[in-house]
Amino acid sequence: MSLLEVRNLSIDYLREDGTALHAVEEVGFTLEESRSLGLVGESGCGKTTAIQGILRLLPAQGRIVSGEVLYRGTDLFSLSEEEMRKYRWKHLSIVFQGSMNALNPVRQVGSQIADAIKMHEPANNGRQVEARVHHLLDLVGITPQRSRHYPHQYSGGMRQRAMIAMALACSPDILIADEPTTALDVMIQAQILDLLQKLQKELALSIILVTHDLGVVAEMCDDVLVMYGGRTAEYASVDTIFNNAQHPYTLRLLQAFPDVANPSSKLASIPGYPPPLDAMPRGCRFEPRCHRKRAICAEQIPALEAIQPGHYVACPFREDN
Amino acid sequence: MERNEPQGEVVLRVRGLRTLFPVPRGLTGALLRKPQGYVHAVDGVSFSMVRGEILGLVGESGSGKTTTALNVLGLVDATEGELLFKGQSIPELAHSRGRMRLRQEMQIVFQDPYEALNPRQTVFESVAEPLEIHRLVTNRADKIERVAAALDAAGLKPPGSFFDRYPQGLSGGQRQRVVIAGALVLNPDLLVADEPVSMLDVSIRAEILNLLRQVRDERGITILYITHDLATAAYFTDRIAVMYLGRIVEIGPTANVLSDPRHPYTKALLSVVPIPNPRRRRKRLILTGETPNPIDLPSGCRFHPRCPIASEQCTRTDPQLESVNADHQVACIKWADVPAIDEIDGDADRQHLKETQS
Repeated sequence: MSLLEVRNLSIDYLREDGTALHAVEEVGFTLEESRSLGLVGESGCGKTTAIQGILRLLPAQGRIVSGEVLYRGTDLFSLSEEEMRKYRWKHLSIVFQGSMNALNPVRQVGSQIADAIKMHEPANNGRQVEARVHHLLDLVGITPQRSRHYPHQYSGGMRQRAMIAMALACSPDILIADEPTTALDVMIQAQILDLLQKLQKELALSIILVTHDLGVVAEMCDDVLVMYGGRTAEYASVDTIFNNAQHPYTLRLLQAFPDVANPSSKLASIPGYPPPLDAMPRGCRFEPRCHRKRAICAEQIPALEAIQPGHYVACPFREDN
Repeated sequence: MERNEPQGEVVLRVRGLRTLFPVPRGLTGALLRKPQGYVHAVDGVSFSMVRGEILGLVGESGSGKTTTALNVLGLVDATEGELLFKGQSIPELAHSRGRMRLRQEMQIVFQDPYEALNPRQTVFESVAEPLEIHRLVTNRADKIERVAAALDAAGLKPPGSFFDRYPQGLSGGQRQRVVIAGALVLNPDLLVADEPVSMLDVSIRAEILNLLRQVRDERGITILYITHDLATAAYFTDRIAVMYLGRIVEIGPTANVLSDPRHPYTKALLSVVPIPNPRRRRKRLILTGETPNPIDLPSGCRFHPRCPIASEQCTRTDPQLESVNADHQVACIKWADVPAIDEIDGDADRQHLKETQS
């Protein structure tokens, strides 16, 4: 049994006039223990919505249309809200995008981390909670004395570490990190990625990394799911994605990403821009920007096919065909 | 003859630039007669740019790259140093009737195209406004022609189809093109591009950088590219200047700096830029802590507290730029024998990841 299996997940946003926008369609993946999955795509591709759906934390207009999220075989969508609450933090935990700016500015960082522990593990006494907070801070490389400091006394990198500590408060097996390094300087980004790798090893954590940064994915992840227009474009091991990509979008995205070790390589942008939710192409989502499109692409949504064990591509006109 | 200066007509010359911002002392500070503190935003920066070159000013937040750019634009006054634009003093121009000329001949493209455009102005109005401010057009036909030419040069084709559109109807890439058109419409000599692609989706960053390069090729515009991103700088620039705590620590032709970095900070920075290929995972030299506070600068070399190869002398000697070769300068007393990343003990570092500053 897999640690986490997401099957056929589709999520809509309802508009005021009652019509639905399809933000995520038929997305699925498997996450094993101590593995890391990169969820990659440009803004508006549905990666954050998919994560919110998995945790059942969608905004009010969001609706899960179909799908299953199996955590060690239990379907999270079949649980009551009360039961689901027990899974969050204890089994699956998340560091939201930009959450380092969500710390309460007038409360000590340590006591904010303690809240999470008290809420989910009320059996702990005060001393146990404090010891746990100190342990968590130590784990993320913050000296425990800093637990009494306020967020403004922390730098951006330290606030992000504190958010990671908070997410680990109830010892989850799965940590979801949504763009954890996006607003940080390169060196701080490297420190945070290094920390995530260390935690993954020490705590046998599984990580889902949501990002638009292919470089970060290449350095951090075992498997990669490339999303475009709410759908899976390609899903494979990290080596396959970077060295044997088959979907035209994956290939073009790789060509658009600058490589500091190979600066003379040609950098080619993808013409056009990602489709807005309210104007999705009828057929393949990538068709309007695709360099390999045929007539049928505008009509029919391509099925996700396994072209090799563990390598899924949603394009019949892929590179090796 | 200035060092590190390629051949050609010098458009911009910066020498010994320092920009300090006073730190408010507060009431207690004043009562206790504490000495006035200063943020040393830029602290001894010199470089030149020749016509048609693209120089990347690369650094992390707090390195002084943006302040340097604002000094160059005459938007923030420097404390000390010489700033010459086509041979004329920028501070003098900025504080006289020459200001209008300066504003016309130097343009800036900001980071966020979502905020740089007035949502109530059409594309035409946004791009035409600089022409009106500088009284460069006398009649409507002329205005239309020049706006259309600028939009066309910025790759918004056909230009007429964009005239009446508002920013909210445009994609991020198109908005940045409108911003670029607004800069080009004045035919500037120098364009400062402050993180022009960092807010854009990966798939459209290249087209904006390619556009800026094309503008340089066709019009000979000199471009100062301000960024924290070595990967785009590697791709886009002719020369790179790496900044740390208000100083240029290394400057040279892009290919040289990337293939043969000499400063330990440049080496570390290069080693942590994620490489988009798992088969090329390499040793990263992750520096501990963060860039120190530019109010109390470290003694000697300002990089020494974080430098993996710092020696006792580095705590005393403030290194100046020295020539590695004719075009490549570095400010490190050990530049001739900085070991390769693989030979630097990264683990000594790692222990300290547990940050120690209080």
